[in-house]
Amino acid sequence: MLQGRIHSTESFGSVDGPGVRFLIFLQGCKLRCRYCHNADTWKTDGGTLMTSDELLDKAERCRPYWGDKGGITVSGGEPLLQIDFLLDLFKKAKRRGINTCIDTAGQPFTREEPFFSKFGELCALCDLFLVDIKHIDPAAHKSLTGAANENILDMLRYLSEIKKPVWIRHVLVPEITDDDAALRKTREFIETLQNVERAEVLPYHSMGAYKWKQLGCRYTLEDTQPPSAERVKNANDILNGLV
Amino acid sequence: MTFETGVTFAVTKEMEHAWRGFVGRKWREDVNVREFIQSNYTMYDGDESFLEAPTEATDKLWGRLQELQKEERAKGGVLECETEIVSSLTGYGPGYIDESMKDLEKVVGLQTDKPLKRAFMPYGGIKMAVQAASTYGYTVNQDLVKIFTEYHKTHNQAVFDAYTPEMKRARHSHVITGLPDTYGRGRIVGDYRRVALYGLDYLIYTKEKDLFYCGGRNMSEEHVRLREEIAEQIRALKGMKQMAEIYGYDISAPAQNAREAVQWLYFGYLAAIKTQNGAAMSVGRISTFLDIYIQRDLEEGTLTEKEAQELIDHLVLKFRMVKFARIPSYNELFSGDPVWVTLEMAGIGMDGRHMVTKNDFRFLHTLENMGPAPEPNLTVLWSSRLPEAFKKYAAKISVNTSSIQYENDCVMRPVWGDDYSICCCVSATQTGKEIQFFGARANLAKCLIYALNGGVDVATGEQVGPEIAPVTSEYLNYDEVMHKFNAMMSWLVELYVNTLNLIHYMHDKYYYEAAEMALIDTYTRRTFATGIAGFSHVVDSLCAIKYAKVKPVRNEAGLIVDYEIEGDFPRYGNDDERADSIAIWLLKAFMKKVREHHTYRHSEPTTSILTITSNVVYGKATGATPDGRKAHAPFAPGANPSYGAEKNGLLASLNSVAKLPYEYALDGISNTQTISPDALGHSLEERKDNLWHILDGYFDQGAHHLNVNVFGVEKLRDCMEHPEKPEYANFTIRVSGYAVKFIDLTREQQLDVIMRTEHKTL
Repeated sequence: MLQGRIHSTESFGSVDGPGVRFLIFLQGCKLRCRYCHNADTWKTDGGTLMTSDELLDKAERCRPYWGDKGGITVSGGEPLLQIDFLLDLFKKAKRRGINTCIDTAGQPFTREEPFFSKFGELCALCDLFLVDIKHIDPAAHKSLTGAANENILDMLRYLSEIKKPVWIRHVLVPEITDDDAALRKTREFIETLQNVERAEVLPYHSMGAYKWKQLGCRYTLEDTQPPSAERVKNANDILNGLV
Repeated sequence: MTFETGVTFAVTKEMEHAWRGFVGRKWREDVNVREFIQSNYTMYDGDESFLEAPTEATDKLWGRLQELQKEERAKGGVLECETEIVSSLTGYGPGYIDESMKDLEKVVGLQTDKPLKRAFMPYGGIKMAVQAASTYGYTVNQDLVKIFTEYHKTHNQAVFDAYTPEMKRARHSHVITGLPDTYGRGRIVGDYRRVALYGLDYLIYTKEKDLFYCGGRNMSEEHVRLREEIAEQIRALKGMKQMAEIYGYDISAPAQNAREAVQWLYFGYLAAIKTQNGAAMSVGRISTFLDIYIQRDLEEGTLTEKEAQELIDHLVLKFRMVKFARIPSYNELFSGDPVWVTLEMAGIGMDGRHMVTKNDFRFLHTLENMGPAPEPNLTVLWSSRLPEAFKKYAAKISVNTSSIQYENDCVMRPVWGDDYSICCCVSATQTGKEIQFFGARANLAKCLIYALNGGVDVATGEQVGPEIAPVTSEYLNYDEVMHKFNAMMSWLVELYVNTLNLIHYMHDKYYYEAAEMALIDTYTRRTFATGIAGFSHVVDSLCAIKYAKVKPVRNEAGLIVDYEIEGDFPRYGNDDERADSIAIWLLKAFMKKVREHHTYRHSEPTTSILTITSNVVYGKATGATPDGRKAHAPFAPGANPSYGAEKNGLLASLNSVAKLPYEYALDGISNTQTISPDALGHSLEERKDNLWHILDGYFDQGAHHLNVNVFGVEKLRDCMEHPEKPEYANFTIRVSGYAVKFIDLTREQQLDVIMRTEHKTL
């Protein structure tokens, strides 16, 4: 029986996809974003092993709240690291008539096989992608997350090619990802895509800092404050092409 | 007049005119407001775009009232207390919000001669009435004190005359708590709509007819009492007429138009709050009823929407002013001066039509026109079949004001029909057909500790419960604890029901609600409400004992005072069957025990899981519990899961509460949830949508009640530290069973609310 490594679940999510959603956080991520508020999801060998049906049974306890729009969102960690499990989960979810979202940073994406075929199959089962653009500039992306962003932007291009709906998300960290020039570059990139339904700004918060300490890691944004309301609006306006 | 020969009340020209355009027959031939509503209301499926802003008069009056409320707060919570006049229907001349603006008031009538002045109401208990005044620096006239001490017995004195020593011990130790033995029991809702629809002469006639037929062939004790009560009711109806005359109104005939309907109805309610200081003084299901009159006037072209909204705004202004003089211990139980002017809207009729009218929008809109407020206690009777535009508007009002509550019409309608009112915070009662005996709470958490300690109270060392063998083992054994707990609960329930029987006997005798009962059918159904406090802590404690290892810690007297818990255990509030099945068992077991006993005056027993803000005081009086709750820490309110127990988010928590069968808790299952705006959605549109979906999901599963708060903990903290900021003057939050201005809570209760909100934001 195929099992996934599950970090945790949350019965009520309302900002990770349309409507009221059940959130599934998968264990494991290879990015090391400096602002990560779920550092406890990094390790790829942790978490609780669960089957798709176990998860979906749990999720469906919340079905009365979903209405027409709601459903499940798989986040992480990086869900694409467990693509075999994701495929199994979404196949079964679709059999149960559940709306599906993936919240991904795209790091595992590649056009190489066997990943690429699986990803294509997954796209057919996933109603909406929530994709983080952590930074548009490759060097800045690398310094922020430890990994390159070329394949991430390529994933967005692929999703555009196949016209899969996407919400772009950008975590706004003062001085790190809040640079007007970079935001404008991000907007230019978004404009090349055909499938973006929404671009939203997630203001940075430090509520996950304690998890770094628990893991014995140094949190480098100790002195960083959440962005001001004006900066959030500014970023939103730029990403949505309003200014 | 004789009734023997079939005399009927002659419908006058005036009545015919008052009823012009209304259809239906049965309500004309009998007092039957439900039939009138069902035959005449207009469903409204549209949105809020028709609503009007406040008039200049409304702004002025509300402005003045806010000044008065500010003065009241500055004076420590009470603006003025009566010391010379015993409150009655006709004790005062007319009173207005402001003498110089009295022509602006579309709805008139105050409890006393001045706004926010608290009446002297000694019938519940003279000691309390005196203490309430003296707390705020007022001295009651000594002659009045003498009269109500030496010459006229009060409810309180009568109850204490009859209490057994065991009852006094249970009361003193707070294992039974919140008993209505020092104040009016409340929870009796007169059908105030009758005043508008029929006028007083007709209502007096029907009661005289009832009196004529009552007991003539069988003068049993029951009938003697009922005859006396009907006579009291007739006297009250005549008093109501005089009371209205003082304000220049003749309410002997039915209301001719919307403005009169609102005024007549309010006079009926005013009669209740001039004569009773019940813990809950609901006004009931008046929204749809009044819409019929407003709709007729709109169609006749005699009223504009602006004027219609003004009428409702002014009626609500009056409900925001209801006050009673309370003693400090009462305020600790029911913090923030609530009076439960509960008022319902929406719901679905027995014939399947929804009952949403434009007036439901108007009542909700008062929270926009005059800002958030705790009273009236606006209650939306929810069904997923309500029109979407109304659901969205109600959700918007919740998101913006946190002032309203929701109750599931689909579980209440099968039991109470489609014309029930909420008689306190959450309990349903058929309007005009039924009354409820209010029943305080049994502290089951304390009962569990008694079960472990052989009936001895750890706080005092006193033997309060029966002397069963205490638990002596090193670790608590589930079967043994369940056995003892069950026995202790049987003792407690018996004592509790008996105590309530005694209280309600005395209340009927010494503090009879003549004005309210005059607007209720003579042959009324009665329910007998009991209640549970400490629910989640008992459930989690039993879970801890069953699924973890609980080692009791004993003091030098050998009493168990604390616990060491080894290992993890499931908790109520996570949609976890292991815990939730124990919760269901606990409710059913309690209710079954209540049913075993005789209840006063052929009443039907019910129970509730509902604590109001008294969760803090009850917790204070209760030692540590095996779920890890420390001694004297607050209980979770109502049927809420315990603090920190919910590990799977809001919906899992709601699912746990939704499993509790309403049929076993017909008095209500109260749940209060706070959602931070950011967690509910990005925009107002998303928040509205998500909230009404949550309500649909929760209530479609058979849950009973939900208080919805939408704010973040930062706002609470800032408000606690800076209560003087103008934006906090009317900052309203829902607590278990009612709404309250946050700044009116005690600091202890503010901290409790903050603590509960805080642990959920991560």
